[in-house]
Amino acid sequence: MERKHLLLVFLLVLAALPMAPGMPVFAITLMNYIGLGALVAIGLVLLTGVGGLTSFGQAAFTGFGAYTTAYLTTVYGASPWLTLPAGMAVTAASAVVLGLVTLRLSGHYLPLGTIAWGLSLYYLFGQLEFIGGHDGIGAIPPLTVFGYPLMDERSIYYVIWLCVIVAALMTINLLDSRMGRAIRSLRGGAVVAESFGIDAGRVKLAVFVYAALLAAVSGWLYAHLQRAISPAPFGIYAGIEYLFMAVLGGAGHVWGAVLGAGFVVLLKDGLQRVLPQLLGMQGNYEAIVFGTLIVLLLQRTPQGLWPLLLRLVPERRERPRPAAAAALPRRAAPPPDGAILSVDGVSKNFGGLIAVNDVTFAVRAGEIAGLIGPNGAGKSTLFNLMTGVSPLSAGQVHFAGRPIGGKPSRAIAALGVARTFQHVKLRPDMTVLENVALGAHLRGKAGMLRALARLDRADEARLLHEAARQIERVGLGEVMHRPAGSLALGQQRIVEIARALSLDPALLLLDEPAAGLRHLEKEKLADLLRTLRDEGMSILLVEHDMSFVMGLTDRIVVLDFGTKIAEGSPAAVRRDPAVIEAYLGGVAHEIAVN
Amino acid sequence: MDATIFSFLLQDAATNGAIYALLALALVLVFAVTRILFIPQGEFVAFGALTYAMLEIGVVPGTVWLLLCFGLAAFAVEMYSSRRAMTARKVALEAASKVLLPAAIAVAVILIAPSKPGPLLASLLTVVMVAPMGPYLYRFAFQPMAEASILVLFIAAVAIHLALTGLSLVFFGPEGLRASPLSGDMFEIGPLLVTGQSLSVYALAIGLMGGLYLFFSRTLWGKALAATAVNRLGARLVGIPTTLSGKVAFTLAAAMGAVSGVLLAPMTTVYYDTGFIIGLKGFIAAIIGGLVSFPLAAAAALGVGLVEAFASFYASPFKEIIVFMLIIPVLIWRSLVTHHVEDEEE
Repeated sequence: MERKHLLLVFLLVLAALPMAPGMPVFAITLMNYIGLGALVAIGLVLLTGVGGLTSFGQAAFTGFGAYTTAYLTTVYGASPWLTLPAGMAVTAASAVVLGLVTLRLSGHYLPLGTIAWGLSLYYLFGQLEFIGGHDGIGAIPPLTVFGYPLMDERSIYYVIWLCVIVAALMTINLLDSRMGRAIRSLRGGAVVAESFGIDAGRVKLAVFVYAALLAAVSGWLYAHLQRAISPAPFGIYAGIEYLFMAVLGGAGHVWGAVLGAGFVVLLKDGLQRVLPQLLGMQGNYEAIVFGTLIVLLLQRTPQGLWPLLLRLVPERRERPRPAAAAALPRRAAPPPDGAILSVDGVSKNFGGLIAVNDVTFAVRAGEIAGLIGPNGAGKSTLFNLMTGVSPLSAGQVHFAGRPIGGKPSRAIAALGVARTFQHVKLRPDMTVLENVALGAHLRGKAGMLRALARLDRADEARLLHEAARQIERVGLGEVMHRPAGSLALGQQRIVEIARALSLDPALLLLDEPAAGLRHLEKEKLADLLRTLRDEGMSILLVEHDMSFVMGLTDRIVVLDFGTKIAEGSPAAVRRDPAVIEAYLGGVAHEIAVN
Repeated sequence: MDATIFSFLLQDAATNGAIYALLALALVLVFAVTRILFIPQGEFVAFGALTYAMLEIGVVPGTVWLLLCFGLAAFAVEMYSSRRAMTARKVALEAASKVLLPAAIAVAVILIAPSKPGPLLASLLTVVMVAPMGPYLYRFAFQPMAEASILVLFIAAVAIHLALTGLSLVFFGPEGLRASPLSGDMFEIGPLLVTGQSLSVYALAIGLMGGLYLFFSRTLWGKALAATAVNRLGARLVGIPTTLSGKVAFTLAAAMGAVSGVLLAPMTTVYYDTGFIIGLKGFIAAIIGGLVSFPLAAAAALGVGLVEAFASFYASPFKEIIVFMLIIPVLIWRSLVTHHVEDEEE
């Protein structure tokens, strides 16, 4: 049995369930609650599991969806089908505001922030008189389909689960797309995303709004299922429960959200019925069990339950290379003569420490330049200055005649500057192909909406074809579908080069590309870089392997303690007394002179 | 607003602020040493308050059974994790510290409680009962995942909070309790009318902070903890066991929570779930201190008390909303000034 068939079986069972003879109403009720929870949890899978943005405040968004429809249908008699878009609009607006404020928060400050606004909004729902204060709103009309009111549990069941299935499929589509890769890259920190032209802040906001909208749909359904609402189900504890659904199910898996929701709802119901009988007391026992369970899970299998299930149904191994597609347009090559990159009097201070001190040099179009120097000479800092990762303290950098100092990384990337990192920054759980396709992000167009509706396939095929082409070019075609984290470190560096090439850069900045490579691999890398140069690409590389640098580069710049101490052909630099002094110390200099 | 109300609000702000300060200090301590954002700190406050109030009326508090449960859980986890290197000596030592100790405390409390102990003895018993819960909790919940990321530890902390709230309901029941003031006297200091309760709060809070300061600056233990806070790996390399540091930090946090509870019990009716909100207010102060600075956190706690006091006077229904929305600008300011460690993943 394959995974595809399992989904089909699941859908059939889901459709047949309410019609099964002898199916008790409370079972359908539970299924409805599972569906409502799953909708919110699917949003959290994307937000928390994939994007790494933990939110305990999603229940507030279900509140927006529920209260909007409750208010509009009871006060203005609006049709529930019209209040759905209204509720989504209200939620999206609030999510944009909350997102703009809280998504700037780094690391653990973000979940604390979501607890804060989750609590505040809950108190606010209870204090606003026009939505009924603590009593809430009653007598909400049911949903109607062709004039037929969906009064009973069985009929609304289909609406709820249709929403869940559509949400799950759309989310899966999204993850398998250009924007999906951008979202998945967020976990590794914003630097990589920004280096390939992705506006990490906007992607975060988009994911946040998407998750909020799914929560709003859940709230809308809830209001018309219950037909009466009060602030209680939109409080912080509901928010915590939604997060637990996502974590239990397996925070990185869309279907895990459905599993997690099912697990939480069924267990909670079971515990609420069984435990008080068993213990002979009323109490909040399910909270104890849940708390303990989550802690155990985080201790034992932090990946959640879904991966455990997946192991039972192994995936088919062979995946084909992406089909050939039309080549992506290339950028116009810069004029072959003159400086493509010029660094003029650039300095960088970290507090009192001067990491880079008044450095000036240029990289000419179509050459391979080397940047060398002892450890701590400021080479990587200089790379970060040239790519906009950290701001300049003084000086200016020009690329193809345009000033780029002070511009954000993504703008510099868009001009045609691609880089690799000294400490490999691939997403270990994404395949090599997906990692490399991230590099081609700027060369695709399909946005989130097209991805959700699967209207991005032509665009996607071109991107994947390009990524596959670059992977084959660097000689890693065999491992295209392996998770990047499973490769040897040296190979991962080569994957980073393929990713940089996918950007179609005019200038390639390589930070220690040969580290961790074996001799033959180094020779292959050198050949590749020469070929690229002969095709017109300009390359600047930082490297410690002197024979690699000396044999490959056309010109070398030497840094020591943040200052340029020499520049010239490899042969000239090798004889330079200042360079020998920097690398080997004064004694060696004397020996060399004598 | 006249001067009387103003002075009353100020006093209110200072007493609440002092309690938030104790919480904030405990939270900073726990975070610095273990990287755990200890959401359940508020539960220790509720445990402390309810225990104290029950002792005052001569009832054996559920805390004794809760403590036994914690001890047994810690013992079980300890035995399971060292199942391959079990020695009779180890079992005896663990049983003594995790089972016999809480049992002895339970016996003592059961014997003393019916005689309605006075404020001093009751406070002492409260701290003795609640403080060991800290290291037990650390042992069975956090120690097995001590190397997990801040976010995973945070989710675990929220889960623990949920479980503790449930346990709190089981062991203390749904009724709220309020104790009589530690001191019923009133003092006139200039134009201010100060209650003995407030003075006890100030005295204890200042005393505890002074004690902490001495602990960190003068004792080897304190210095070891401070070293762990600055650099976990470095501390381990010079021979400071990080597990032990974690347990010490949790003991201190639980003890401070218990003291805060004793101070809070006469000021408001405490329910089994009151701790959460109070703990979060401590968090606001701790975050203003960047989760590293003790003095800044203490000062910020007074600020939170001030905002709360005046918000409850001017816009009472929106008091909590105002206090919790306060955290957002603080968080933004914090994440702008903190150097973001970019490589922190998962």
